[in-house]
Amino acid sequence: MQNHPVFTDNDPQSELSTLNLGPTHPATHGVFQNVLQLDGERIVSGVSTIGYIHRAFEKIAEHRPFYQITPLTDRLNYCSSPINNMGWHMTVEKLLGIETPKRVDYLRIIIMELSRITDHIICNSVLGVDTGATAGFFYMMEYREHVYEIYEEVCGSRLTTNIGRIGGFERNFNSIAFAKLRKFLKDFPAVLREFEGLLKRNRIFVDRTKDVAAVPAEVALNYSWSGPILRATGVDYDVRAMNPYCSYEDFEFEVPVGSNGDVYNRFLVRQEEMWQSLRLIEQALAKVDKEPADIFHADVPDFYLPPKEDVYNNMEALIYHFKIVMGEVPTPTTEVYHSVEGGNGELGFYLVNDGGRSPYRLHFRRPSFINYQMYAPMSRGMLLSDAIINMSSLNVIAGELDA
Amino acid sequence: MGKITNEELLKKIGDQFPDQFTVIGEPFGLLTIETTRENITAILSFLKADAVLQFIYLTDITGIHFPGAERQIGVIYHLHSLVNNVRIRLKVFLNDGDVHIPTATTIWDGANWMERETYDLFGVIFDGHPDLRRILNVDDMTAFPMRKEFPLEDPNRVDKKDYFFGR
Repeated sequence: MQNHPVFTDNDPQSELSTLNLGPTHPATHGVFQNVLQLDGERIVSGVSTIGYIHRAFEKIAEHRPFYQITPLTDRLNYCSSPINNMGWHMTVEKLLGIETPKRVDYLRIIIMELSRITDHIICNSVLGVDTGATAGFFYMMEYREHVYEIYEEVCGSRLTTNIGRIGGFERNFNSIAFAKLRKFLKDFPAVLREFEGLLKRNRIFVDRTKDVAAVPAEVALNYSWSGPILRATGVDYDVRAMNPYCSYEDFEFEVPVGSNGDVYNRFLVRQEEMWQSLRLIEQALAKVDKEPADIFHADVPDFYLPPKEDVYNNMEALIYHFKIVMGEVPTPTTEVYHSVEGGNGELGFYLVNDGGRSPYRLHFRRPSFINYQMYAPMSRGMLLSDAIINMSSLNVIAGELDA
Repeated sequence: MGKITNEELLKKIGDQFPDQFTVIGEPFGLLTIETTRENITAILSFLKADAVLQFIYLTDITGIHFPGAERQIGVIYHLHSLVNNVRIRLKVFLNDGDVHIPTATTIWDGANWMERETYDLFGVIFDGHPDLRRILNVDDMTAFPMRKEFPLEDPNRVDKKDYFFGR
């Protein structure tokens, strides 16, 4: 019970009341507990309790070979698992000095931008639900399904994707994947535009979100915010633009920024990022067409598992397979920090390696964890209904919060 | 975007804090220095406040454990200068049994939960922290689970021995 704040206020005249918001509450979209002290509908103070779904991923990662850590990263931000997967692959590739072919980079960008779109679909359409517009949510969710169908063609699964391998992809994109992708690119802009029309100039929505939870840029930086919510305050920090990885430097895209960091600005930034993601995917598709169609992984037999039929019929492939699975490939003893722009901000992997098959220490810099710590302080003085909207626009994902 | 090279960065810190840190290296271009807990607050404040360097962004604080080493517990800071687009990594190693280090919450508000997480997982005590409680694990836990001596699974289990899995 130490975790719960003890309010020693026994004065019956006091009008402050204590409210347990969460850990399970339909308005919090995840396992978040905030013990709030309310004066009427206004929040006087709050204490966040997290860790309800802490699964000790960092500890588990110390006992798993590199390629078995990918499924752990799935379960961080499960609204955009592929970004986590590929961020992890790129970290290991950086450690091992693997250069990936351009086609692999472009295919990765397609998948990562698709998952950025799904991530922002969730956040923005749920923001609509929390302000009372359910229709937009169902309309947009259909298109998340279509993205998941593309994942299915590429990796076989939908939510926790485990997509790709160290060095590239486990299999090439098939023609169905490309067809579905092109169909998505054709259909989605009209839907996104209509969704935007539903909320962007909607009086109810604007009244509920404008100037709610406005955050100055200095405060956001002081709290180490990153991602769309930082950009909504006017800071143009995007890892893709500042420290390009995975050939993002070959692409033309804009980093949208807001002005005062309120919920409405965050909504607009996410909307614009979806448009930019579509632009990136279009460019990537055009670039993929110019690359040799049969390349989908780097030529690193020491780390990339050979196809099964080769393992059974070819001695060299069998040797590589054995060495990878038994962890007999030496790796450099060093440390590496690699970060990617996740759905919620800078997703960093700090990997300390001692030359073995599994990390000596792996730390995830989880944007949700770092973004969420300002929630209780910033809720002070806010109306309870605004605090709910504020939480959904922070887009804190419980899996990433607790790791 | 003006970028500062690691040499210039090192020179600036060296001028300000002669002999108060050692350079560990530049793995993958990320300058890594080690200092002591007596100097860490001054160095972090300097890096943040310096008009040229402007390391205003605290990317991460985390810990590491090297059992058997003289100073077992490490605290690792990653800073990012958004203006110059350069990062720096700072390390402080502490003796086990005396794992005290000054807090960075006086410099960045964002350090609060990062330090609570490091305390929760490694038992590092951040002196001056406003609210140093466990954050991910339950409050009545006595161990610090990311330390190497803490087993991942219950050591009394017989069905999950490492040798069954080639580990």
